[in-house]
Amino acid sequence: MSLIATLARLEAVTTGRAQPAATVRHRHLSERPLVFVPLTTAGEAGAPLGALVGTDRDTPRLLVVPQPRDRDLRFAFLAELADIVLPYIDSYADAVEAAERSETDPETGKRVKVEVELCADAPQLVVPSRAGVDFVRLLGRSMRFRRTAEQDPETPYPAPPRVPLLGRWLTHFGERARVPGSSLLLALTEVLGRHWATGQSSLEDQHLGALLAWIDPPEGSTGAEAALHAELARDDRDQLLCPPAGPATDPAFDNKLLAPAIERYDRARTALAAAEDGLQADDRLGELTAAEREIRELVRSRTLPTWQKVWKGIDLLRELPEGAHVEERWTRDRWSFTGHRDRVVAGEPPQPRRDDAVTAANKLATREREQARLEAQEALDDPLVMAGRRLAGEAFAGEVVDVVMAYSEGKRPSPRPLVTVRTEDRPHLGERAKVFRSLGGKPQAAEFVGQEDEGLLVLRIVDKMGRGKEPEVGSVPEKGDRVCFTLFEHEQRGGAKLPDPEETPWTHGGPPGEQVPEAADSVTEEDML
Amino acid sequence: MTTEAVFDPGTAAARATDAILHDTLHGSARGVVVDSPPGAGKSTLVVRAALELADAGRPLMVVAQTNAQVDDLVLRLAEKSPELPVGRLHSSDADAYDKALDDLPNVRKSAKAAELTGLPVVISTAAKWAHVKADEPWRHAIVDEAYQMRSDGLLAVAGLFERALFVGDPGQLDPFAIVGSEQWAGLSYDPSASAVTTLLAHNPDLPQHRLPVSWRLPASAAPLVSDAFYPYTPFRSGTDHGDRRLAFAVPSDGSGPDRVIDEAAESGWGLLELPARHTPRTDPEAVRAVATVVRRLLDRGGAATSERSPDPTPLTPDRIAVGTAHRDQAAAIRAALAELGVTDVTVDTANRLQGREYDVTVILHPLSGRPDATAFHLETGRLCVLASRHRHACIVVCRAGVGELLDDYPSTEPVQLGTVVKFPDGWEANHAVLAHLAEHRISHRP
Repeated sequence: MSLIATLARLEAVTTGRAQPAATVRHRHLSERPLVFVPLTTAGEAGAPLGALVGTDRDTPRLLVVPQPRDRDLRFAFLAELADIVLPYIDSYADAVEAAERSETDPETGKRVKVEVELCADAPQLVVPSRAGVDFVRLLGRSMRFRRTAEQDPETPYPAPPRVPLLGRWLTHFGERARVPGSSLLLALTEVLGRHWATGQSSLEDQHLGALLAWIDPPEGSTGAEAALHAELARDDRDQLLCPPAGPATDPAFDNKLLAPAIERYDRARTALAAAEDGLQADDRLGELTAAEREIRELVRSRTLPTWQKVWKGIDLLRELPEGAHVEERWTRDRWSFTGHRDRVVAGEPPQPRRDDAVTAANKLATREREQARLEAQEALDDPLVMAGRRLAGEAFAGEVVDVVMAYSEGKRPSPRPLVTVRTEDRPHLGERAKVFRSLGGKPQAAEFVGQEDEGLLVLRIVDKMGRGKEPEVGSVPEKGDRVCFTLFEHEQRGGAKLPDPEETPWTHGGPPGEQVPEAADSVTEEDML
Repeated sequence: MTTEAVFDPGTAAARATDAILHDTLHGSARGVVVDSPPGAGKSTLVVRAALELADAGRPLMVVAQTNAQVDDLVLRLAEKSPELPVGRLHSSDADAYDKALDDLPNVRKSAKAAELTGLPVVISTAAKWAHVKADEPWRHAIVDEAYQMRSDGLLAVAGLFERALFVGDPGQLDPFAIVGSEQWAGLSYDPSASAVTTLLAHNPDLPQHRLPVSWRLPASAAPLVSDAFYPYTPFRSGTDHGDRRLAFAVPSDGSGPDRVIDEAAESGWGLLELPARHTPRTDPEAVRAVATVVRRLLDRGGAATSERSPDPTPLTPDRIAVGTAHRDQAAAIRAALAELGVTDVTVDTANRLQGREYDVTVILHPLSGRPDATAFHLETGRLCVLASRHRHACIVVCRAGVGELLDDYPSTEPVQLGTVVKFPDGWEANHAVLAHLAEHRISHRP
């Protein structure tokens, strides 16, 4: 944890309220996000119990699996989910704008600009916590290799028509969420934790109720009290007043309420199957419906508080103005969305279970580049974030106290003015270290020449001054200007191009070979319960 | 008589080198892997292999990890064989290479690989090689510091050569990624793993060698470093007890720093232990203690005697280094040294001290004053680098209580299926080093 984050947390403890960790919003928030609050069944990986989902805070759709071990009911849940999520995604697929992209011409091998479509906006999924992101990924994986009866009439358990497609999309969202700074799929606790520092540990911050309690405590209560209340307070039936944000449920809920309800449902189902005549069947169907309704109400009671908290969190974030570079990062999310849309349309197979060597290396390189870019952009967009970097010795701000014109040696001397900056910051400047400042949104580089006196740093500006002998107006700081230089670069260079997968070298196992269609996870005994 | 009794370091090392060169020049495998403990003559081996491959008329590319390593290799090659034309491929940045290369008539420098084609040896960093497109692959490559190279780095350059000699030190710091890479843990080609791990996972039959003798580490240090960090591939020192001596003209003034200097001069190790306390990373007392030890090392007129020359050589600032875990610690110590009027002593983090060699090192223990022990601080390679840079003596400055801290924080990294568990783990290596240092402890209350 950085020094400024530690200080902010200490201040949160003393004041009893979370302290701002940012002055602008560093993530894109859609006008119309799709909020997804899933619950899972204890002890059954990938067996959803239910979910609240939707784009309208007042009318969430409740989906419930009354017997989570029943494959047909699970498929019915996923099919219903697909009917909500896929139309939402599709609503962004058709509005496009023209854009350019560099591609390698297959005939000449040269980089050429091609006109392509870019979706004008992209869908955004919001889940309560990081565990929700993992669950999205898990759902994606459990669905994308399924076959529908139409794709394969022989498949033993055909999936409903749109379920494999939902699996591919959820996989894409889950994978994109691993890219630093991306916003296609947001875990609300992570985003809130980026913008506020609470007086509790980052582990405790993963509890949405406790986190919001710190950020916006109820009247007359401190953040610590409210957070404790959110974590521990129970009603007379021993149920948490603030249920966990999921997908895992509270064991007291599982044991005391859910398990008996599911048992009643099972009994009603068995009884219905054993009905001997129509009249009896009607009665028993009534019992089954009542048992199912009971489970639905239970699931609603556990998801609705979280649903409301998610929207409250979104409200809090909306109050912050958007950071200057957020839109640029969102554009890359739109490219990512457009790219996957095109792959789906082109009939490409679902994402493979494991990346091949080249894909893995490319993804890692992209994410490292995005991480460095995100760190730089957040600091440039937000003086509070920059203050943290200054405190860490990675940047410094101060006033220009002297400018001396100087020139480079050589046939065509270029301006290399020496600028003296007075600062109270203590940057870790090595000999001839490079520093950068933002000049009209572009980085201007300077070289550290030396320290004249305590707090007096001499820098040599080396670029962005035009081609002439005299620097362009405004390109060199003047005496009295406030300047802020960073020791980190503002923009990231693209890495080297890796070989194509079919040219994977011998050191990495050679080419992966033809991709074979992957089978869905094999059926285990547990699937037959 | 056992073989142990007649062990002659020179012969053992020569035998290992001959076997490596034989496999490289005449073997049939596409790759040869050489593990080299600290100071075992890895650079010498690389230079010799390069010259022999060049002599055999095989076009050679050399891949190193940093520009400093590349420049160092070029200088060594030119020193051994001034006539050999060598290409130094560099980036297009300003100051892309060491200006000392400009004085070498047979070294051609360029930012474009095409301008260096036809030269018997071309040297560059892995990052620069990754941008090179070659129609015809090089017949041979040498990959230096291969354990510090990431698997994705090798993926980017492996298409450039037919066969390669991979050389490196498995005990030093593993390469790292600045974002999570758990997604690929357990895959043979995990892009964040080391290049050698991936290479051997796909080519388990490649011949593997190791250099058995450390010429850098003194007899007092080799057994500890070997036991603690290389338990399954032991090595020994090339010199014996008494071959090296560190003496000071000015006697001790009885202070903690002076006593720990005497202890280290005598035994090769010294632990200056400050009272237990939780401190910020840049613990002001520990920083001052490190600076004082360095100041006293210089003031007391140290002289180092070794097998290199019959006469003692003075212990000058360039023969001393200070090692830390974090950059802010290094910065704080640099500032403290400047206050004491010391400017020419190298102060750097473990990452940057890799591959360097000094007479005396002063290190700030990575766990000193910490309330917790994270995976970063427990990483075996970090302590190994810090404890294996010296030819004569190593002085560790540390708060008391690290032993208890280690016991309170066993490693908690999640177990990943399919990955090879690395031995020794940092916890155990730290304990081994601490136990040894305890015998050379000087308590110091600033």
